[in-house]
Amino acid sequence: MRKAIITDTTLRDGSHSVSHQFTLEEMKKVAKALEDAGVDIIEIGHGDGLTGSSINYGFGLYTDFEYVEAVASVLTKSKLAVLLIPGIGTIEHLEKAKELGAKVVRVATHVTEADVSEQHIKAAKKMGMFTVGFLMMAHMVDKEIVLQEAKKMESYGADVVYVTDSSGAMLPDEVYEKVKYLKDNLSVPIGHHSHNNIGLAVANSLSAYKAGADYLDGSLIGFGAGAGNCPTEMMVAALERSEIETNTDLYKIIDAGDDVLQPIIKSKGKELPRFNSDSLMIGYSGVYSSFMLHAKRASERFGVDTRDILVELGRRKVVGGQEDWIIEVAHELSKKKG
Amino acid sequence: MGKKLKAAIIGPGNIGTDLLLKLERSKYIDVKFVVGIQESEGIKIARDHGVDTTTNGIEDLMKRDDIDVAFDSTGAKPHLLHAPLLKEKGIFTLDLTPAAVGPYVVPAVNLKEDLLKKENLNMVTCGGQATVPIVAAINEVADVEYAEIISSISSKSAGPGTRKNIDEFTETTKKAIEVVGGADKGKVIIVLNPAEPPIYMRNTIYTKVKNTDIEVIKDSVHRMVDKLQKYVPGYSILLEPIIEDDIVTVMIQVEGLGDYLPKYAGNLDIINSAAVEVAENYARKVLEVE
Repeated sequence: MRKAIITDTTLRDGSHSVSHQFTLEEMKKVAKALEDAGVDIIEIGHGDGLTGSSINYGFGLYTDFEYVEAVASVLTKSKLAVLLIPGIGTIEHLEKAKELGAKVVRVATHVTEADVSEQHIKAAKKMGMFTVGFLMMAHMVDKEIVLQEAKKMESYGADVVYVTDSSGAMLPDEVYEKVKYLKDNLSVPIGHHSHNNIGLAVANSLSAYKAGADYLDGSLIGFGAGAGNCPTEMMVAALERSEIETNTDLYKIIDAGDDVLQPIIKSKGKELPRFNSDSLMIGYSGVYSSFMLHAKRASERFGVDTRDILVELGRRKVVGGQEDWIIEVAHELSKKKG
Repeated sequence: MGKKLKAAIIGPGNIGTDLLLKLERSKYIDVKFVVGIQESEGIKIARDHGVDTTTNGIEDLMKRDDIDVAFDSTGAKPHLLHAPLLKEKGIFTLDLTPAAVGPYVVPAVNLKEDLLKKENLNMVTCGGQATVPIVAAINEVADVEYAEIISSISSKSAGPGTRKNIDEFTETTKKAIEVVGGADKGKVIIVLNPAEPPIYMRNTIYTKVKNTDIEVIKDSVHRMVDKLQKYVPGYSILLEPIIEDDIVTVMIQVEGLGDYLPKYAGNLDIINSAAVEVAENYARKVLEVE
């Protein structure tokens, strides 16, 4: 049976959960542990991708370039990946990350907006990078639209196209249907990125593989936005039980989470991601997972219920990147409350 | 009817076609020629409105000697080719692409007599026209160290030109926030939102300020909004300036006039209304009218 290729995003999606405050040493330690466990691709940096560091998304402790340089210095086997969201980061930023050691780029757009990635995917391919097209919030549209946008990314030269469940809102059958439809109609491999907001990340990853996906995402202990990503160690265990091979060693990936990541999270006084009422509302309302902590802060600032903010954001069909709308929604809810 | 300057529009996409409709109301500008590179909806509309058109590109414009003002709404790359040709012809050019060959102009902030002597002015971007005035207003009273803007526009109002030029959009807008807005450092983020019905163009402006007197900041922002509303009637404040520590947050919304694209396309409206404002100022100067 074909191997599943694992991308671990503890150091990128997980950046949301530490408000982008990983130190360089912490990133290096976790990256090394991931490499030793056999993870194929390691994604790092600010949660919102290259130059996501901002008032809107939170300032990073270091720049993405400092992170890339630091992590590149400890990796020899695993490929170092960065996220690029057109509209936030630019080709110039990507060139710099490449120079400093990034080998893979995931170019991410909202699921209906693939054509804003044309410049970036083409440029990345020209630079010789392994280029992933990352269609975010794939739960928001039906399979025909996902395919239409995926085809655009393929035509720009993407090596892989992802069905990305940014909200952790997708169900296993839905993942199967969308991945299968892409698999049947594209010639590039398909990937899936999940969030655990309604507890389905592992099930969805298995479903994606069965539908034909070769690339699967996880993060250690699920450390990522919302209720977290698919826990890499759980995914590897579930894949092994399904007799699906990976390059990742189960014990070593468990140890990476327990012995390396856990102490870092504790030392930062942060919590492990787990389901709570906020993350559940994210999955239920189909809101971008990284909105959770921003909505929580806004709820404190304006004295309104986080859940009300999230539900209203879902109603307005806010997409990834529109964290600024949280303030306006919270402000408006507080005015209504009087 | 008084004398008017004769204008050409290069690039009849969403922006160019909307400009054509806006300029039909102008007392000082008469669109005589619309330049495309292929048959298109925009070319058809121009023809239906009795305007000469070509699908041979800039070459045909160079053959004419009657054009005083050109609006270029093609793209950054084509404009780099067009700019020297237009200059040679002595045509006053408003560049609506992010090419930024000439200096930036944001009418509410820096439209001065001197600027109208230049042969090529850049209209920054829609996001720049919407946010630079707010940054400038806050900077004037509070000294802005850092300004960050998030521009949300509806997917339907972002044509292929905008989509292919998204890096140029963020870079040009960032520079204008610094150069015209006066922020020591700028950052720009653009987000396309596909929601139906389409969202109005909306911008969030965060500024890190040295003087944190929010009442003074509010007054300055309101004065600026009054100025803007004179040429962009649909410009309004969605979230009054609020402050936390030294970070001021303001949100504004732009409702378009609904000329070519519907009212949600405030992004189109604001850059075009700004371009018309500049062109009319130029025309009044040349025609010596008040």
